[in-house]
Amino acid sequence: MKNILIIAAFFFFVTSSFSAIQPPGVKASIERGKKVYTATCLACHQADGLGVERMNPPLEKTKWVLGNKKALAKIVINGLKGGEIEIDGDNFHNPMPPQGAQLTDLQIADVLTYVRNNFGNKASAVIEADVKAARINATAPATVVKKQPVKTPVKKAPIKQ
Amino acid sequence: MNRLKCFSILSACIISMAGSATASDTSNLVKPRTAAADAVITLPAGFSSIKMLGNLGRARHIAVAPNGDVFVKLDKLKDGKGIYQLHDSNGDGKPDQVTGFGKYKGTGIAIKNGFLYASSNTEVFRYKMDPKTGKVNEASVQKIVTGLWDKQQHESKSLTLDNEGNIYVNIGAPSNDCQVQDRVKGSPGQDPCPLLDSAGGIWQFKADKLNQTYATGTRYATGLRNVVGLDWNNEVNDLYVMQHGRDMLFQFYPEMYDQKAGAENPAEEMFRIKKGSDCGWPYCYFDNDKNAKLLNPEYGGDRSKAGRCEEKTKSILQFPGHLAPNGLLFYTGSKFPAKYKNGAFIAFHGSWNRSPEPQAGYYVVFVPFKDGIPSGKWEIFADGFAGADINRAAYKPCGLAQDAEGSLYISDDSKGTIWKINYNGK
Repeated sequence: MKNILIIAAFFFFVTSSFSAIQPPGVKASIERGKKVYTATCLACHQADGLGVERMNPPLEKTKWVLGNKKALAKIVINGLKGGEIEIDGDNFHNPMPPQGAQLTDLQIADVLTYVRNNFGNKASAVIEADVKAARINATAPATVVKKQPVKTPVKKAPIKQ
Repeated sequence: MNRLKCFSILSACIISMAGSATASDTSNLVKPRTAAADAVITLPAGFSSIKMLGNLGRARHIAVAPNGDVFVKLDKLKDGKGIYQLHDSNGDGKPDQVTGFGKYKGTGIAIKNGFLYASSNTEVFRYKMDPKTGKVNEASVQKIVTGLWDKQQHESKSLTLDNEGNIYVNIGAPSNDCQVQDRVKGSPGQDPCPLLDSAGGIWQFKADKLNQTYATGTRYATGLRNVVGLDWNNEVNDLYVMQHGRDMLFQFYPEMYDQKAGAENPAEEMFRIKKGSDCGWPYCYFDNDKNAKLLNPEYGGDRSKAGRCEEKTKSILQFPGHLAPNGLLFYTGSKFPAKYKNGAFIAFHGSWNRSPEPQAGYYVVFVPFKDGIPSGKWEIFADGFAGADINRAAYKPCGLAQDAEGSLYISDDSKGTIWKINYNGK
């Protein structure tokens, strides 16, 4: 019986580490992440995280925010084309610009940890290792494309689709 | 007994561990919240409103048949239908027959010469309609335009018709300011902007020819980022459009536009369009603080240079930034006081890109016109659509229409509300 109680205590200890009670490092990550959100994400996803109907998706309890962390980091790194997110029959038409070149692994980890613990969300932290893994095979360029395209004469005839 | 106790303790631990380990599972996803709270519409003295109905969902543009039936184009199918017809048989202002048809979502709708015109985000259709009864012959549907770009951003194919058998369709540019990488801070503008061949303008087609495409239509106006609200002014026989101005001046160029300047700029502009008008997008924007049409920073602008913008078509009216003009209607009725005749109502859907400043808009304004030119300052006509929290609006005005008697109709695309505005005063 004593052995079983020790095992039970061990399981409860392990269990608590899966719960929403965050270790102290995460609190700091959330505070840093809020700054990244304000500077980079708020313009589109808004201060309340509910986005803009038909244009910029909400961040409250969606499957993208609460789901796989590497996939979520990929969204921030690579961006999204307009219309890729559909919720309840509504397409969100604006593209999400890639932030892979603009934000560091730590900033991406922090902002995602902030989002996953704000706006009614409660989920585990995203760490730099998650973001590093997501950068492998990233589709967006690693740096902002600064080169001007070669100037071409404007076609007179309309382009066929 | 001991073994049972141990087993049940262990099971409880495993179950609780499994439960917490899936704390971020999405099986209990909550549907996205829409704005709570209602809002009361306010109008000038002598005017009153009736809420006809409030549950059509994404109600975009509207048109009223000669018999008074209201037609609504939906951007999200309701019960599988994309056009709704509202019929009021007992004259109490509220429809008692609500019927849907058409299986495509979209924005544009208009009624002209016995036909109902409606658009998806790539095509334009028309249906024969009996003006006396409002009955639409669904089987008569004709596809008059096809193949238009729908790249999601700025997808609305808003439309209007002139008096010579032509239809005008907005093809919004799938871009903010034609950057190499759309909406990426630091990405330069493409010069020339290759999107303008197929978007960023108004295309003209014949109202009665089948299967017209880019090749058989005409680019009537260019340099317009996205025009959701447009109307043919029958008094002077010209096309008037409302442009949605570009976003992100503050976010991308904080050294030139502070937070407040980013909220107030660029202007939302009204243009009077002639064939061949070039309104300047993406190279140009209207700066409300400098009261001038200037070069966009993506094209070398420094908030004072006009450059090539001096040669572009100037707007005839400018409004505060990001208000999102989704509806334009030249009022031709006689029911409202005389000052409203031939003037313009504009439905401002409301801003989002003013963040972190408070949002603005969510009202319908009126501008008096004389001989096709604004003859006085614009004023707010219908207000209060946002409700208690302007940063999370209850209603978002989108479409405008008038009936043969001269009542005004307003639609909202957040919930799908239609209001009928009457004048009862002296």
